[in-house]
Amino acid sequence: MLKRLNINYKHLPILVTVGLFILMYIFGSMRYTGFMSSQVFLNLFINNAFLIILAVGMTFVILTGGIDLSVGSVIALTSMVAADLIMNAQLSPWLVIPISLLVGTTLGLINGCIIHFFNIQPFIVTLAGLFLARGLAYLINIESIAITDPFFDFMAKTRIPIGDSFISISVVIALVVVLIGVYLAHYTNFGRTVYAIGGSEQSAVLMGLPVGRTKILIYTFSGFCASLAGLVFTFYMLSGYALHANGMELDVIASVVIGGTLLTGGVGYVAGSVIGVLILGVIQTIIIFEGTLSSWWTKIAIGVLVLAFIVFQRILVVRSNVKKAAGANNVDIKESSPPLKTKSM
Amino acid sequence: MSAKTPMLRMDGINKVFPGVKALTNVNFRLFPGEVHALMGENGAGKSTLVKVLTGVYASDGGTVTLEGKPIQITTPLEAQEFGISTVYQEVNLCPNLSVAENIFVGREPRKRGRIDWKEINRRAEELLSTRLNLNIDVTRELDSYSVAIQQMIAIARSLNVSAKVLILDEPTSSLDTNEVEQLFAVIRKLKSEGLAIVFISHFLDQIYEISDRITVLRNGNWIGEYMTKELPRLELVSKMIGKELDVLAEASSNKRIFKGGESFLQADQVYKKGKIQPFDLNMNRGEIVGLAGLLGSGRSELARLLFGADKSDGGTIKINGKKVSLNSPKQAITNGIAFSSENRKTEGIIGDLSIRENMILAIQGVKGWFRYIPRKKQNEIVDEYIKLLNINPPNPEQLIKNLSGGNQQKVLLARWLITNPELLILDEPTRGIDVGAKAEIQKLMLSLSEKGMSILFISAELEEILRTCQRIAVLRDHEKVSELENDNGITQQDIMKEMAGGM
Ligand SMILES: Nc1ncnc2c1ncn2[C@@H]1O[C@H](COP(=O)(O)OP(=O)(O)O)[C@@H](O)[C@H]1O
Ligand SMILES: [Mg+2]
Repeated sequence: MLKRLNINYKHLPILVTVGLFILMYIFGSMRYTGFMSSQVFLNLFINNAFLIILAVGMTFVILTGGIDLSVGSVIALTSMVAADLIMNAQLSPWLVIPISLLVGTTLGLINGCIIHFFNIQPFIVTLAGLFLARGLAYLINIESIAITDPFFDFMAKTRIPIGDSFISISVVIALVVVLIGVYLAHYTNFGRTVYAIGGSEQSAVLMGLPVGRTKILIYTFSGFCASLAGLVFTFYMLSGYALHANGMELDVIASVVIGGTLLTGGVGYVAGSVIGVLILGVIQTIIIFEGTLSSWWTKIAIGVLVLAFIVFQRILVVRSNVKKAAGANNVDIKESSPPLKTKSM
Repeated sequence: MSAKTPMLRMDGINKVFPGVKALTNVNFRLFPGEVHALMGENGAGKSTLVKVLTGVYASDGGTVTLEGKPIQITTPLEAQEFGISTVYQEVNLCPNLSVAENIFVGREPRKRGRIDWKEINRRAEELLSTRLNLNIDVTRELDSYSVAIQQMIAIARSLNVSAKVLILDEPTSSLDTNEVEQLFAVIRKLKSEGLAIVFISHFLDQIYEISDRITVLRNGNWIGEYMTKELPRLELVSKMIGKELDVLAEASSNKRIFKGGESFLQADQVYKKGKIQPFDLNMNRGEIVGLAGLLGSGRSELARLLFGADKSDGGTIKINGKKVSLNSPKQAITNGIAFSSENRKTEGIIGDLSIRENMILAIQGVKGWFRYIPRKKQNEIVDEYIKLLNINPPNPEQLIKNLSGGNQQKVLLARWLITNPELLILDEPTRGIDVGAKAEIQKLMLSLSEKGMSILFISAELEEILRTCQRIAVLRDHEKVSELENDNGITQQDIMKEMAGGM
C-alpha cells in the first residue's frame, strides 16, 4: 500500500485537490447553517459553468506546458458579438450561436499557428491575443448591450430539476464539455499526444507524433472553449459588455493549477481542473455565507492556495528526482523470473 | 556475408549547417543480420548521418535506397513507416507516460474508435518479455525505471514498428558493464532475427565485441568501410584521427630532462559516474603531464574534476600532502589551480570586454568583487603580460572579439597566469590557432614549468604532447589506462596503441 503511494507520487496533487475540496465543504457545512443543502452545492456548478468550460480547454494547453492568456478577453468578445448580432443585426439565435463560437475558435487557431510556425512563446502570443480580443470587443461597442431575446431568456432561466433542487442548461453544457474533455484526454491519439508533448516535446517529435498539428489544435480547442464559455457567460449575464470576464484567464489558470496540473506540463487531469473550479466556488460561497468579509478575500485565498500548490508540486518534483537518483538504478534487469508487479490503474 | 546485397544504401550524402559542413559525400551500406558500427571522433558527423537517414534533418544532396528502391524520408514518422527506427543516446521517450504507453503512443490499438488500454498493457508486456526478456510492470511511469531499462523500452518501441533497421546512437554511454551485456544480448538476438543494426559508440572494446562491419567518418568525410575482423584497432584509430601510421612511428624528440620536484597534487581513485572511471594522478612541481586520448575518451572530464568544475563522486585529492576538497572552481583557485577550458568561445573569453578586462577577471574573482583592483595596478599587470606573451595588438583596450584565435588564447592564458597558479590545466590550448602562436604557447609552457609550475596539458595533437611533456597519461573509454614516461624515444604510435587498447 505504501509502495503504491510511492509509485503514484504524480497522482498526489489530484488526491490533495479532492481532499481539500471535501475538507472545505465540511468546514462550510459545520460553520454555517444552510451550507449543506444540495442547492448550495449545485449552485457551485451554476455559477461557475463558464469557468468549468474554460478550465477544460486550459487544461489541455497547460498539459503541453503552454498557457492561453486570451480566454478572458475572448469571453468578452464573444458576448459582444452575440449581443450585437442579436440586438442590433436582429439575426436569429441559430445563426448567432455558430458565429459566436467561430470567433474564439478562429482566434485560437491563429494563436496556435503563430505559436507553432513561428516558434514563439505561447505566453507572448496569447498575451497579444488578450489585447486584440478585448480591443475588438470595444470596437463593437463601448457600452454594455442588454439582451432581450426569447431564446437567450430560455437558456438563462430554464431550471432542470434534480430532486427538489435544480441546475441550469449551462451546467449541462459544461458537463458535456467535461466528458468530451476526459474522452479526448484519455481515449484519443490527440489526448495522448498532448501528454507526450508535456512530458518531452523533443521526444514526442522523435517518436513520430504529430506535435505541430496537436499544438495548433490545442489552442484552437481552447479558443472554442473560450467562445462556448462566452456564450454561457452571456446566458448568465444576459448582456454583452467589453469589460466582461476581466482577468478571468487568471482564475482559470489558478483553477487548473489547484486542480493538480503541473505548470511544466505532462501531468494533470481534466477532472482535477473541474474540482479546482469547485474549490474556487466553495471559497466564494464561504465568503458570501460569512457575510461581513469583503469579496476580495476570495482573491487572497486563491493566491495563497496557488502558491501553496506550486510549492507543493516543486517539492514533489525534487523529492522524486532524489528518489530516482538514489534508487532507480537498482532495478535488476537480469531478474527475469519474478515480475516487478504492482497493480495500478 | 558480403555476398548479400545491402538492405539500405546511402550514397553521396551532404549536409550543411550554418557555418559547418557536417557531412560531405558520405556513403553508408547496411546489410540484414549485421551490426554495422559507425565510427568517428566527437563531431565527425555520426549523429547527423543518422538524423538525415531518419528524416530529422533534410539532406542537402545524396540518395537513399531501401531494398533496391530509392526513397525520400522527410519526417521521423516516415522513417518509422519504412521500418527504420532509432534509439538515441538520451532516452527519447516521455518520462510522464507509462512504459506501455511509451511503446505504443501514436499507434495505439483501438476498440470501437477509442484507445484500448487493456490491450496496450497486454501487448507491451508480451513484447518486452518475449523479445527483450524483460519482465516489468508496464503500467508504471517510465521515469520510475533506470536509464538501462528505459533504453530497452526505447528499443521495444522501435521493434513494435515493423522494424528492418534499428539505429542505436551511443546507447551505452550511461550504462554499466552488466547493463551493456544485457543490451548486447538483445542486439545479438535481434541480429539473428535478420534486423540490420547501426551501432554508434565511443567504446572501442564494445565495437569489437558486437560489430561485423565498420564505417569510419572524420570531419564529416567518408573515410572507408571495413570488415571489423580485418581492421586492427590501431588502424581504426589512425583512420579516426587522420594520421598515417608510418608518420607516427618517428621517435620523440624531447631531449629535456626533468629535474624533478616534490609532489604538488595527488589524486587517488577520484571518479565521477558515467564520466570518468576512478583514476590516480600525481602532479610534481615543475612537471608537464600530457593527457592523451580520443575526443570523448574523458580528457576534459578528468580535468574538470581536478578544477572542481564538476563534483567528483568519490576519491581523495591531496595538495602538498594535505587532503583538500575541490567542489567548486573557487576552492580550486584558492588551492592554486587554474583551468583554461577547451571551449574558448563559450566558456572562456567575453567578446565584448577589452583585453584588460578579460585578463583581470580571474584575479578579481579571487580577491572578491568588492576589493577593486586600482586601474593603475591593472594597467601594470596587463602591460606586463601583453609583453610577456607577445599579444597582438598590444593595446589593452582592444575588444577581445577582434583578436585572432591565437591571441585570444594568450589573453586567456594570461588571465590564469596573473593568479599565479601552482598547477595550470590547459585543455586544448592550441586548437584552431596558427602555427606561430602554437609554438609560442608551447615555449611559454616550458618556461613556466622551469620556474616550478606544474602543467596538465590536454591535446589531441600527439606530436605536441611528445614535444612538451615529461609524462603522458592515456585515457580510453572514460578510463585512465596507462601512464608513459616520455624519455626513451617513445613514438606517437606507442601512445596510439594505448589509446586504441586491446593489444
Ligand atoms: N543542429 C545543428 N546545428 C548546427 N550544427 C550542428 C547541428 N548538429 C550538429 N552540428 C555540427 O555538425 C557536426 C557533426 O555533429 P554530430 O553529427 O553530432 O557529430 P557526432 O555524432 O559524430 O559526434 C559538428 O560540427 C556539430 O557541431
Ligand atoms: Mg553524436
